[in-house]
Amino acid sequence: MKKPTLKQKVIRGFIYFLLICITINTLLPLYFVVIASFNPGNSLFSTKMFPETLTTKHYRDLFEKKDYAIWYMNTLKIALCSMVLTVILVIITSYTLSQFRFRGRKTGLMFMLVMTMFPGFMSMIAIYLLLLQVGLLDTHLGLILVYSGGNIAGFTWLVKGYFDGIPRSIPEAAKIDGAGNATVFTRIMLPISFPIITFVAVSSFIGPWMDYIFARLVLRTPSKKTLAIGLFEMVTGRQNTEFTMFAAGAILVALPVTILYMSLQKYLIQGLSEGASKI
Amino acid sequence: MKSNSKRACLLSVIFMGLGQLYNRQIIKGILFAAIEIVFIVYLLPFVRYGLWGIYTLGETPQAFVDGKVVQGDHSIFLMVYGIIAIVLVFIFGVLYCLNCQDAYKVGKLRDNHVQPNNFLQSLKLAGEKGFPYLMLSPAAFFTLFITVVPLVFGVLVAFTNYSSPNHIPPRKLVDWVGFRTFIDLFTLSGYKETFFGVFGWTVIWAVLATVSTFFSGLIFAVILNSNGIKLKKFWRTIFILPWAVPGYISILVFRNIFNAQFGPLNKWLSSIGIEKIQWFGDPAWAKIVCLFVNLWLGFPYFLALMSGVLTGIPRDLYEAAEVEGANPIQKFLKITFPLVMFATAPLLIMSFAHNFNNFNLIHFLNSGGPVNTSYKYAGHTDILLSWIYKLTLEQNQFNKACAVSIIIFIIIATISIFNFRRTRSFKEEDMIQ
Repeated sequence: MKKPTLKQKVIRGFIYFLLICITINTLLPLYFVVIASFNPGNSLFSTKMFPETLTTKHYRDLFEKKDYAIWYMNTLKIALCSMVLTVILVIITSYTLSQFRFRGRKTGLMFMLVMTMFPGFMSMIAIYLLLLQVGLLDTHLGLILVYSGGNIAGFTWLVKGYFDGIPRSIPEAAKIDGAGNATVFTRIMLPISFPIITFVAVSSFIGPWMDYIFARLVLRTPSKKTLAIGLFEMVTGRQNTEFTMFAAGAILVALPVTILYMSLQKYLIQGLSEGASKI
Repeated sequence: MKSNSKRACLLSVIFMGLGQLYNRQIIKGILFAAIEIVFIVYLLPFVRYGLWGIYTLGETPQAFVDGKVVQGDHSIFLMVYGIIAIVLVFIFGVLYCLNCQDAYKVGKLRDNHVQPNNFLQSLKLAGEKGFPYLMLSPAAFFTLFITVVPLVFGVLVAFTNYSSPNHIPPRKLVDWVGFRTFIDLFTLSGYKETFFGVFGWTVIWAVLATVSTFFSGLIFAVILNSNGIKLKKFWRTIFILPWAVPGYISILVFRNIFNAQFGPLNKWLSSIGIEKIQWFGDPAWAKIVCLFVNLWLGFPYFLALMSGVLTGIPRDLYEAAEVEGANPIQKFLKITFPLVMFATAPLLIMSFAHNFNNFNLIHFLNSGGPVNTSYKYAGHTDILLSWIYKLTLEQNQFNKACAVSIIIFIIIATISIFNFRRTRSFKEEDMIQ
């Protein structure tokens, strides 16, 4: 091995310097929320980067002064239900569209693709009116249906692309060995498509934690609020006097989501890039 | 010669099921007839009301008689009923055609003296042929009511005058106005400036946001992938962190970090003697902050993606280049870059479309501010989508919002179709299998 020349040393030093800069840039905002949630003060102004004392008061306040536990349960319930519904509908639909040939298939596929290109806002007024008509306004069921229904078109394309990529010979070989349609589906196709299903499941589970617009539109009663609405209201006031409590609430949401993403990152990125490049 | 096919078909055209009865398929005939009877008895009054409603959008406005409110027609509900009525008519029409086709086919079999299937046989056949349709029906039903009907409604609203202050039901009626809304958008003073101004910034924003995240992701992926960098896994884990943190929360945190009055950044700046910067008060700074936050949020995704692509590039390509005496920059430009572009170009275009409609970032970071006084209901950093949000939820300008939505749709659809044709998988999907 050659000894690195001075030029190479300088370049290497510069690269490490760059990496450290980006690291600081990445971690500082995250550190700021974490430290804010343990800060003794309440407002944004009194939040210190290096406080003398730390407190868990804001975490307790979330549960004692706010309905944080209720919001959390509401969101968890909505997220789980819409995830299950989305995954079932998307798998059935995309499997059918990928593996069967029937009249109207291409038209249906194009139609779904076109659907995904409209801005979601456009459907807001009509969704509101429809939910009002069937009595689902201000109910969690209404919101779950809106989330899962809105997910179908986009995700179906993604998953269909993945199913298309599985060579025909695999299910055919299984059929020769005497496996039925159902066995082929559950024992072969589902395990192979695990990354993309994970991606759909996680994305549709995360959606309700993040969505503000449709939650705001459908839910009216304070006790039915989801986390996104509750948290947003804490920091958009003029004085930001509840900033530290927002930080604590945000940590409690972000922590499980971040852990979920980091532990599944391989599948998520694989699923997204493979499914998307198929489109 | 007797023509059973024509006669059966004609009978089925007259009334559903008659042709089947003529073909002596009693159960099938009764079923088809039942469908038509149900439609006429239960659905026809609603369909007629809905079609009348969507055609006229109501005729009697709300009125005051002797100090009491007399409810008139509610144009917007009438429009929704109308769309549902059209959907019902469409489904019925498809069934009607199937009924005639079936009568014709069975008649043809009889002309050729072939014994047609009995009811159980045809049921089994329908089960096999209709299996995909059965599997698709739940999703189709959902999509119909959550996506299709609302979108059709949205498209239709763009061609009405549904807007405050003069055309908000139930007090006032709404009317069809054709392309008036679009013409207003392009010619009406105030709206014209806003539309073109916001549109321009949306394009600039989408290009810069996509390019910045894409290339910083690429550069750092190359750095982390190059030889001699220690702790690769450590750096990668840290850099990927912003992708895993919920975007909505990060954006709200940045909103506070850049808060001009109370935020930590300005506090720190003033402590080292620099004057406070109006991050969100000044249009130029606000735009820079938007791009910076987007870079922070978006680059990890591309970093992760490209790390995967880079590890897939065969080593011997580089070795061959080294033998030929290529320097690192040449290797990057001639090998790495083209291969990465080839693998990620569709995602680059999708990312552009995503940024074009990146409502969350613009809205939660600064609500599109600062306000632009020469714009109508929009701020300096507003993109088309966040302007639509304001038009809809804050100003009740529904027709304008829907017209802008249609324009966005046309743009996104053009980009996607272009993207679609380039990635040839749609054409060749049957060849892959």
